[in-house]
Amino acid sequence: MAEVLVVTSGKGGVGKTTSTAALGAALAQAGQRVVVVDFDVGLRNLDLVMGAERRVVYDLINVVQGDANLNQALIRDKRVDTLCLLPASQTRDKDNLTQDGVDRVMDQLRGMFDWVICDSPAGIERGATLAMRHANVAVVVTNPEVSSVRDSDRIIGLLDSKTLRAESGGRIEKHLLLTRYDTVRAERGDMLKVDDVLEILSIPLLGIVPESPEVLRASNLGTPVTLSDATSAPARAYSDAARRLMGQAVPMNVPSDKKGLLGKFFSRRAA
Amino acid sequence: MSLFNFFQKRTTAPAARERLQILLAHERNEIGQSDLVSVLREEILAVIAKHVPINRDMVKVKMDKREQVSTLEVDIELPRQMAGAAVAH
Repeated sequence: MAEVLVVTSGKGGVGKTTSTAALGAALAQAGQRVVVVDFDVGLRNLDLVMGAERRVVYDLINVVQGDANLNQALIRDKRVDTLCLLPASQTRDKDNLTQDGVDRVMDQLRGMFDWVICDSPAGIERGATLAMRHANVAVVVTNPEVSSVRDSDRIIGLLDSKTLRAESGGRIEKHLLLTRYDTVRAERGDMLKVDDVLEILSIPLLGIVPESPEVLRASNLGTPVTLSDATSAPARAYSDAARRLMGQAVPMNVPSDKKGLLGKFFSRRAA
Repeated sequence: MSLFNFFQKRTTAPAARERLQILLAHERNEIGQSDLVSVLREEILAVIAKHVPINRDMVKVKMDKREQVSTLEVDIELPRQMAGAAVAH
């Protein structure tokens, strides 16, 4: 049975789409059959981050409304052949995303893949609640910053009340993915530390993705960061997180970029 | 301000942590509470509707939380002729 995973956060701009693409690609590289689904109707971006923006013909709403079947809408990744994308609609009204329609599409996807990863829109409106509705696993993407932590807390409350799992008396597995983390600033006392965020949100930690220029470079090129430079710090963080999702025990750390002598000298001074 | 403080800016993360802890304790409470209020309201409505036909906006439930005590205010408005019938009943 497929795992249905929602990548969510409440707040926008914390790295949901980047994380969806990176985790999806990492799981697919490990041989899993993965589909990443964009739920952000009207503001789709997963296609762009995955480098598939010119290959979109049909989208989620076309499938929901029966204008296209799933096989017509799914876009197979050119780099990893077990990875697929189901894009959101950019032009249709988001009211066309109905609960019944989403239920049907999710049922079909569960039969075709090992992982169905739903990229949630920001906010707590219908798009976000539909993205989390079928999930049995949630990755809550959070920046070490007050507004992001507050919104994550709100989203955790919704995961415990507005998902099918929660409504039927069950529990959804929740994980914290801390992104844009800067060890030096946290040590200096100018950024919330990992333990601070964990204590406040009290859900288990899936991974710590360090702030890195490699994330922007990868999105510039339309490549999930785990595929663009597998040795970079964020790529290693996401790969480790993907392995933890698959149930492997991977020691937790904050990966850092290799630095030359000069880089080491400057980062010590900053600390 | 000591000379040390002059050169070393005070760290800000502890303030972020403390503000979040206070705020979220409050917000979690409030969200849980609003659920309780709506559940109470529904159940009170159901009980009254068993005996008297009643309009939904005639029942108002309000919860007020203070440091020492919390109060639950239930305001039920009955139509005049129904109020008489209810007493007779």
